[in-house]
Amino acid sequence: MKVRMTVNGDDTSADVEPRLLLAHYLRDTLGLKATNVGCDTTSCGACTVLVDGESVKSCTMLAVQADDATVQTMEGLSASPEDLHPVAEAFRTEHGLQCGFCTPGMVMAAVSLLRETPRPTEREVREGLEGNLCRCTGYHNIVRAVLAASGQDPDAVIGGGHATEAPSGGVEVAPGFSTGSGA
Amino acid sequence: MIPVGFAYERPDTLDGALALLAEHGEDATVLAGGHSILPVMKLRLAAPELVIDIGRLAELDHVRVDGDELVVGAGTRHRTVESSEVVQAEAPLLAAVARTVGDPQIRHRGTLGGSLAHADPASDLPAAVLALGGTVVLRSPRGERSVPITEFYTGVFSSVKEPDELITEVRVPRTGTAGWAYEKFTRRANDWAIVAVAVVDGRVGLVNMGPTPLRAAATEAALADGAPIADAAALAAEGTEPTADLTATADYRRHLARVLTRRALTTAAGA
Repeated sequence: MKVRMTVNGDDTSADVEPRLLLAHYLRDTLGLKATNVGCDTTSCGACTVLVDGESVKSCTMLAVQADDATVQTMEGLSASPEDLHPVAEAFRTEHGLQCGFCTPGMVMAAVSLLRETPRPTEREVREGLEGNLCRCTGYHNIVRAVLAASGQDPDAVIGGGHATEAPSGGVEVAPGFSTGSGA
Repeated sequence: MIPVGFAYERPDTLDGALALLAEHGEDATVLAGGHSILPVMKLRLAAPELVIDIGRLAELDHVRVDGDELVVGAGTRHRTVESSEVVQAEAPLLAAVARTVGDPQIRHRGTLGGSLAHADPASDLPAAVLALGGTVVLRSPRGERSVPITEFYTGVFSSVKEPDELITEVRVPRTGTAGWAYEKFTRRANDWAIVAVAVVDGRVGLVNMGPTPLRAAATEAALADGAPIADAAALAAEGTEPTADLTATADYRRHLARVLTRRALTTAAGA
């Protein structure tokens, strides 16, 4: 069936099978390869893109579900390699990547997180990126990058006086989960 | 992983969706956010001939107060439930539990009705609605009926919902400032609960302690009789039949149910 969607500002359309996943529409139909498919099971977040401004895992969404939607991928985030989006710039400045496989998903998840929470605490960044896995264990610099992109000084926020309590007082999840209080 | 091929319909109205469901019944599956059904289809554990996409039906996406009840449309996304000031004020347990589902990307897509309909005993929201004493509203071309959540589940991934029925809304009592808590035990971030316990207003819902979400009946009875929290919580696993799997033995689940119930009751009591 025919789908149309705006991807990174461009009108796109194609005749697709209903079972085509959004991730494959982006990668194979449009040739936009920044969006990686990692686990293919809604766990790792490498395939995260923005659909109508919100982060989603494109391996768990059909292209037909995004019919008429506005989609943004890592390719459409920055104006040019010389004029990076603040989140992309912060990932570079803070060395928020090693192998880079998780990076497009991490960056798009971070963009969505900062739209909903413009000045996050360290805990809010860690919880906000809960759905993105980095197998190079680069989380610390990724968290720093997101804090920096929010206009905050990572050194002042991490281990500083920021709130370390859970946002909802009556909820306790995973006793071993980081309290965001700094290492 | 690619699903088996299927036909796809995205009706513009609830009545249109119900008509399609009535026509195709068990050959069709309903997709709202898709975060329960698409993973199952990608694993080819489900291969419906027709997918009916109800994800854009505005009729199913609402939060409102109706008398003594908070009413949440079945198509309301977890992110909306967690961030809605109305839900936070009227049934804070529901908002807090929605926030523990999956991760932000999943909560942007998954819906309350989808989670309840999927009937996974490891899911968070069914036990929360159970602790709240909520009601599931089902509709088909035959009419509408309300089923108390205590009578909704019949087994793993199964409920009294007929193939031609759609959950349209979920109604829970307005609990306002009544004490509440949710204790969810996981080994990793972004994981299913090994066991979780939802408490509000003296009612206790258990996650993953049997084939369906459960109420800790013995604990609730003891509390009603004025038993101390520690004594009531010690009864939390009574009458349950938890399974053993890679993450926990049945005995460990019973232990967790007792410990998490004590913690949740303590938090809910403000002690």
